[in-house]
Amino acid sequence: MLSIKNLQARVDDQAILKGLDLEVGPGEVHAIMGPNGSGKSTLGYVLSGRSGYDVTGGSATLDGRDLLAMGAEERAREGLFLAFQYPVEIPGVSNMEFLKASVDAVREHRGLAAYDAVSFMKRARESCKAVNLPQEFLKRGVNEGFSGGEKKRNELLQMMLLEPRLAILDETDSGLDIDALQVVADGVNAMRSRERSFILVTHYQRLLDYVVPDFVHVLAGGRIVKSGDRRLALELEEKGYGWIAGEVA
Amino acid sequence: MSDQINAYLDHEYAAGFVTDIDAETLPPGLNEDVIRFISAKKDEPDWLLEWRLEAYRGWMTLREPQWAHVQHPPIDFNQVSYYSSPRSLDDRPKSLAEVDPELLRTYEKLGIPLHEQEALAGVAVDVVFDSVSVATTFKEKLKEAGVLFCPISEAVHAYPELVRKYLGSVVPRRDNFYAALNSAVFSDGSFVYIPKGLRCPMELSTYFRINEASTGQFERTLIIADEGSYVSYLEGCTAPMRDNNQLHAAVVELVALNDAQIKYSTVQNWYPGDKNGQGGIYNFVTKRGVCHRNSKISWTQVETGSAITWKYPSVVLRGDNSVGEFYSVALTNNLQQADTGTKMIHLGRNTRSTIISKGISAGRSQNAYRGLVRMNPGAEGARNYTQCDSLLIGDRCGAHTFPYIESKNASAVIEHEATTSKVSDDQLFLCQQRGIDPEKAVSMIVNGFCKEVFKELPMEFAVEAGKLLEVSLEGAVG
Repeated sequence: MLSIKNLQARVDDQAILKGLDLEVGPGEVHAIMGPNGSGKSTLGYVLSGRSGYDVTGGSATLDGRDLLAMGAEERAREGLFLAFQYPVEIPGVSNMEFLKASVDAVREHRGLAAYDAVSFMKRARESCKAVNLPQEFLKRGVNEGFSGGEKKRNELLQMMLLEPRLAILDETDSGLDIDALQVVADGVNAMRSRERSFILVTHYQRLLDYVVPDFVHVLAGGRIVKSGDRRLALELEEKGYGWIAGEVA
Repeated sequence: MSDQINAYLDHEYAAGFVTDIDAETLPPGLNEDVIRFISAKKDEPDWLLEWRLEAYRGWMTLREPQWAHVQHPPIDFNQVSYYSSPRSLDDRPKSLAEVDPELLRTYEKLGIPLHEQEALAGVAVDVVFDSVSVATTFKEKLKEAGVLFCPISEAVHAYPELVRKYLGSVVPRRDNFYAALNSAVFSDGSFVYIPKGLRCPMELSTYFRINEASTGQFERTLIIADEGSYVSYLEGCTAPMRDNNQLHAAVVELVALNDAQIKYSTVQNWYPGDKNGQGGIYNFVTKRGVCHRNSKISWTQVETGSAITWKYPSVVLRGDNSVGEFYSVALTNNLQQADTGTKMIHLGRNTRSTIISKGISAGRSQNAYRGLVRMNPGAEGARNYTQCDSLLIGDRCGAHTFPYIESKNASAVIEHEATTSKVSDDQLFLCQQRGIDPEKAVSMIVNGFCKEVFKELPMEFAVEAGKLLEVSLEGAVG
């Protein structure tokens, strides 16, 4: 599904990704771990097409299509979803209006009819329930005055409504208490399917107790330096990242 | 800010067509003979000619105000033509059927429901084209209800006592440079009178359009809401694209007698000039209302056009318990400059005022809010609440806030809140990552920012205002 080969990218003249390779098959869940500054968030931004993140080499394709040639909104419509580490507020624009505009754009791209207001409302309410967000959050401005946990659940709500092919969760677990973490994990697990893949970017193995990944990768110095299964995450938890740096060197 | 936000403000001004109509236009220049000509053209009574001449003499002693945060080359008031009338109107049309079909097509392009059958939406329209009122729809029906709605030139003849009593009663002839000029040369505008106790059965509306190349437009509107009455009035404005700057200096006077309510909404879309600042309307407007006991005046404005906007719709809260409101969205793009706001003058006891101002700056434009809240010694228990929010799009524009607060009564309460924010890259990227294209995203963000003001507009115009913002912002991101 997602195929990344020798990806290199820089931000402000500083090379961050230095030849990253990653293959994600349909239905797979990959966890990416690594020390601060290793390029984890950059990977999400580069794949989703944020301006200011310049690709200097390599390739990335989604279902065989060249992701890097598409604009950010087109990548989203093709089914790439990024859950933000720090979701931004858009005051005055109601969550509902935002969600409808977003889902309409994505569905139009896929050749599907737009939801009418009533059935969309129904879906939005159901999704709210699934992520344990009270319905009045639909009427509030996008993330406006939301707590950290509420913002993360709002990201999940968007993911559910957009039904992406590939979801990248950028440290969605950071700053969450154990109950909120459980909600996020339940949301992801409920959405796991044979067609949908996930990349979980995380610092801690805690999330992986709830969402069990098929693969775990360590990103360091802009490259994947070690891959394994679930047990790799436990090993990292125990030993930290230092030993890998040593092993690679 | 980013390349994201800088490039796509190039749009064609949609109302920028010129109507090819045979017109009678006075050569440029201003002197007493010009005023006599205008007055004679309208067959005005002597008192009005004298009134105009007095205003002209006052104007000669006044100077252009220099305090506004706008810059423009000096205006040569002798290069402006002070009167233009479509020639075919020399014999004024008695009904719509007699109106020049070319004019009607102009209004169709503008989307004005001029034909009565199209006006089922319930809007009665007075149309001012260059200097003269062309047609007033629904006039007969309104008259049956007792509402007087007609061109002011007609009201001078039909309702001389009302005009004489109230003309200049809110904005005196020498109030300021532009008001004095208007008083001397005003050519037409709308007149409204709502009788005692009547709730006007439909929205009243005026569309102004400047067509002739170097014509100034100086319309004058007078609205009188008698005791216990209510009226909602809407004004829309457009002009063709011209390379030179055109002058617009209007005066609007509102009188709300005891227990009356006037709601005055404006959607101003004068030609803003091109993206290099060539051409565009210079809009110097004096709008003011006076509130008597228990009455209320509410100004709502959406200002997206004009090269320069100089405009402060104000309320003099003379009567006890009267209420003044000002809701404003002012959007500037490219090289537009706006200096706009309001004055709330509290004279009576327990008077209340609310000011909500939303300024949006894009391109290299400058957008200033200027407002005065004055509590006079007699304003026992008066209150004001002001909220001024500025939104910046890009990093080459400016937003400025100049609030003036004067309180001479210790029991008065004045609150002022102000914020400045930017449409950020983060917001735009969030929208894009959710599949929304950047133009739509900016328009959504700006509309969200203006929500509090749009909800004050009559329903159909709120939609129009939203679309207008979208068009005016085209090219603000790219």
